[in-house]
Amino acid sequence: MSIGSRVISLGHYQPEKILTNDDLAKMVDTSDEWIVSRVGIKERRIAAEDEKVADLAVRAARQALENSGHGPGDIDMVVVATVSAKDVCPNTACRVADELGIATPAAIDVNTACSGFEYALAQADMAIRIGSAERALVIGAEKLTAVTDWDDRSSCVLFGDGAGAVVVEGTDDPELAISPVVWGSEPSMSDVIRIEEDVPYIKQAGQTVFRWATTQLAPLIEQVADRAGVKINELAAFVPHQANLRIIQGIAKRLDFSEDCVVAEDIVYSGNTSAASVPLALSKLVQDGNIASGAPILLFGFGGGLTYAGQVIRCP
Amino acid sequence: MAELSRDEIREGLADILEEVAGVNPDDVADGKSFTEDLDVDSLAMVEVVVAAEEKFGVKIPDDEVANLKTVGDAVSYIEKG
Repeated sequence: MSIGSRVISLGHYQPEKILTNDDLAKMVDTSDEWIVSRVGIKERRIAAEDEKVADLAVRAARQALENSGHGPGDIDMVVVATVSAKDVCPNTACRVADELGIATPAAIDVNTACSGFEYALAQADMAIRIGSAERALVIGAEKLTAVTDWDDRSSCVLFGDGAGAVVVEGTDDPELAISPVVWGSEPSMSDVIRIEEDVPYIKQAGQTVFRWATTQLAPLIEQVADRAGVKINELAAFVPHQANLRIIQGIAKRLDFSEDCVVAEDIVYSGNTSAASVPLALSKLVQDGNIASGAPILLFGFGGGLTYAGQVIRCP
Repeated sequence: MAELSRDEIREGLADILEEVAGVNPDDVADGKSFTEDLDVDSLAMVEVVVAAEEKFGVKIPDDEVANLKTVGDAVSYIEKG
């Protein structure tokens, strides 16, 4: 049993195929200028027809595991956050564990839509704190293009596919430990983002979501920093769910970041990948080498539900 | 808040529009459409509404935003409080 857990490595995967705004302009009535000005996205990655959420998850998880220096036998928990997996049994976590040769892990899928990775990370952190796991793989993986209405010009420009993963293990150093999660939801607003049986595509009330995100989330993000004992202006990086560049900038405007704080804007090249967006952006950020080891990074997911969750981690 | 005249409300809106969407205050008149004439897109409109709620102490629900097509519509809505 450890007093907490920490992120020791990261990995990510994006499909090869790039869908640009010009490509989309040939499919629906839109333009590069319209998309960039409304949502800030230049391109997104699209999984192959036969590529499933579990396949994307495996690629990211394998990289995170390799980067950790550990083998499959050292992992005893796999948590996958996804809102777009079509296969429900076995769950994606079992598929991933089997592919990677992880023999007998606790294996859970978490669905809280776009905040899924932070909820999943909290599950792993708690399991390690209570001694029910020692080392966990936590993955966010999405094939949102499989739940995209390609005739809806307001939404089909937003989404992409991808996966990000981290390996988390116990630590007794409180400085390095993942902070207690701050999480919750606004169930009375559930209807504003939906993927439902009768309309199995992402449908959202864009203006309402935008208003919620840009007016209600900044105080919650300040709570995340408070629980971590870190000041907002001490953060080395802020990695929010990559929903829309104007939402990210709208939130950032209300927070007192230092000039050196890196605000992740991976959405420009990846689109909105729901539960995959934070680990994907985080993995790229850390890979670029601009964040010092041990520096505080605030993660914050928000979206369908309307759910939200966040914590501060230390750069591995 | 003391009762504001239509002119005062319109001036306040012009300040908001300039800050949020870069609209030239000289272009702000009752007959102007937010989307067609002032180039305020749907998300910028939300930012305008949020700023207007704060400035004028009114509530403008999302359902109502769609009805505010022109500057004059917004001035009248805020005037009614």
